[in-house]
Amino acid sequence: MKQLGKWWKGAVIPVSVLLLWQWASWSGAADPKLFPAPSSIFGDLYTMLLSGELFYHIRISVVRAALGFLLGGSLGLLIGLLVGMYVKVEELVDPTVQMLRTVPLLSITPLFILWFGFGELSKVLLIAMGAFFPLYVNTFLGVRGVDKKLFDVARVLEFSRYKQVTKLMLPAALPNVLLGLRLSLSIAWLCLVVAELMGADSGVGYLIQDARSYVRTGAVFVGIFVFAAVGKLADSAVRLLERRLLKWQDNYRG
Amino acid sequence: MSGSGKLELIAVDKSFRAEKQNHVLADIHLSLSPGEFVTIIGPSGCGKSTLLKIIAGLDADYEGAVLLGGVDAGKPSRDKGFIFQEHRLFPWLTVERNIAANQSLRNKEVRGQVDAMIKLVRLEGFEKAYPKELSGGMSQRVAIARALMQSPQVLLLDEPFGALDAFTRTHMQEALLDIWRNNRATMLLVTHDIDEAVFLSERIVVMDARPGRIKQIVRNDLPYPRTRHSPGFQELRSQVMRALEKQEEPEENWVI
Ligand SMILES: Nc1ncnc2c1ncn2[C@@H]1O[C@H](COP(=O)(O)OP(=O)(O)O)[C@@H](O)[C@H]1O
Ligand SMILES: [Mg+2]
Repeated sequence: MKQLGKWWKGAVIPVSVLLLWQWASWSGAADPKLFPAPSSIFGDLYTMLLSGELFYHIRISVVRAALGFLLGGSLGLLIGLLVGMYVKVEELVDPTVQMLRTVPLLSITPLFILWFGFGELSKVLLIAMGAFFPLYVNTFLGVRGVDKKLFDVARVLEFSRYKQVTKLMLPAALPNVLLGLRLSLSIAWLCLVVAELMGADSGVGYLIQDARSYVRTGAVFVGIFVFAAVGKLADSAVRLLERRLLKWQDNYRG
Repeated sequence: MSGSGKLELIAVDKSFRAEKQNHVLADIHLSLSPGEFVTIIGPSGCGKSTLLKIIAGLDADYEGAVLLGGVDAGKPSRDKGFIFQEHRLFPWLTVERNIAANQSLRNKEVRGQVDAMIKLVRLEGFEKAYPKELSGGMSQRVAIARALMQSPQVLLLDEPFGALDAFTRTHMQEALLDIWRNNRATMLLVTHDIDEAVFLSERIVVMDARPGRIKQIVRNDLPYPRTRHSPGFQELRSQVMRALEKQEEPEENWVI
């Protein structure tokens, strides 16, 4: 009941804005070409859902983001682990990664298009590159943050090298890894939007560009809404995972 | 349980090499018979923790020899259980998984042993609790159970109850004696609490600092269970106190 009360309070501002907007459209104060009434946007959403057009583009976007995220994220996790575990690997790899990290992602997009064209490859690689860094940095931090005293315990208990990784390092680094996962996901989604707006013949980004060129402003709003909703959904999924996997944490107040 | 290992320290000598040479342990000779309970007491910084780490194999950089059952004690192993001052449980594992450590609870034999350990340290009902849900005393009991689970020949305890309140500490000392009676591992416990040393052990090793060395070994033949208010207890208490306070006789007389 208390939770419901909070929820209502949070909804007050968005609902008022929607009502005001709707009223402005009715009264003719807002140009319907730029600000179609919320009711007409919901109408667009409804027809796009029914025709299957929306799901088609969502599916393509999600697959692109997932591929790029899996590629970049797993590399980030793996290399972050190795760099965290072995100082020799750190000395060899980390300076380069830190250098590449300073390059703004958006500035290399044209280069990717030159190299790999407008096809799937350049999009997936751009997303992978975005997803790589947060998982790399946070996994590295996580491994380095493992309490050194617990390694003495592992030695007294005769943990094998493999058990040291699976039973000590990974669980201890997990809070950081999950944080990296969340950041990686949101960056992957951001890169997807950029990649699809730069040029695509399918996906939610294409839907928005296409709608814009035909001045279907309602459909542009629908596209934006979908980007936000799917991104939020993915984030919530990781938070749920955190809640399950980190219930042992003392400071966790999820 | 095993309790067959005689523990021998022969001329153990240790220095930390920093910008200044720090001679931490000098010529330590000590022998513990199987199943014996010995405590070490001495001022802070006299090398007690360093000595335990050397015995455990956690520090291999020293002179002299450490023998367990007549052979080099060597690397850290399950034969030499270690209880640290802080419990050092794995925070992401439940009580039962901490005790099982790297063994799987799906194994029936392991399951049975873990259940027996939980009973031994009186933690029934907390099998599925995480360390954050335990009090300091309970956590330390889990740590003891985890060490005993490995059937060590020697149990090394580094001020295990130092962080506990007085009431819990007394309770834990009794629990430890209980465990020792049932288990008969050789016990070597470091403490800075004279009462604790007299209450628990059959011999009390009194150490001195700079460099850390054995000053005196006090025998304690009081029968168990011991009562802190008995005259015998008080007499031993002051004997240890005197040993701690005694100034070393200078080797030569200084002529000014
Ligand atoms: N890792 C280390 N590096 C350098 N000196 C150390 C280290 N550990 C302990 N020492 C020194 O060794 C001495 C004994 O320390 P310790 O064994 O912890 O004493 P105790 O446990 O008796 O209080 C202290 O003077 C301390 O400064
Ligand atoms: Mg100490």
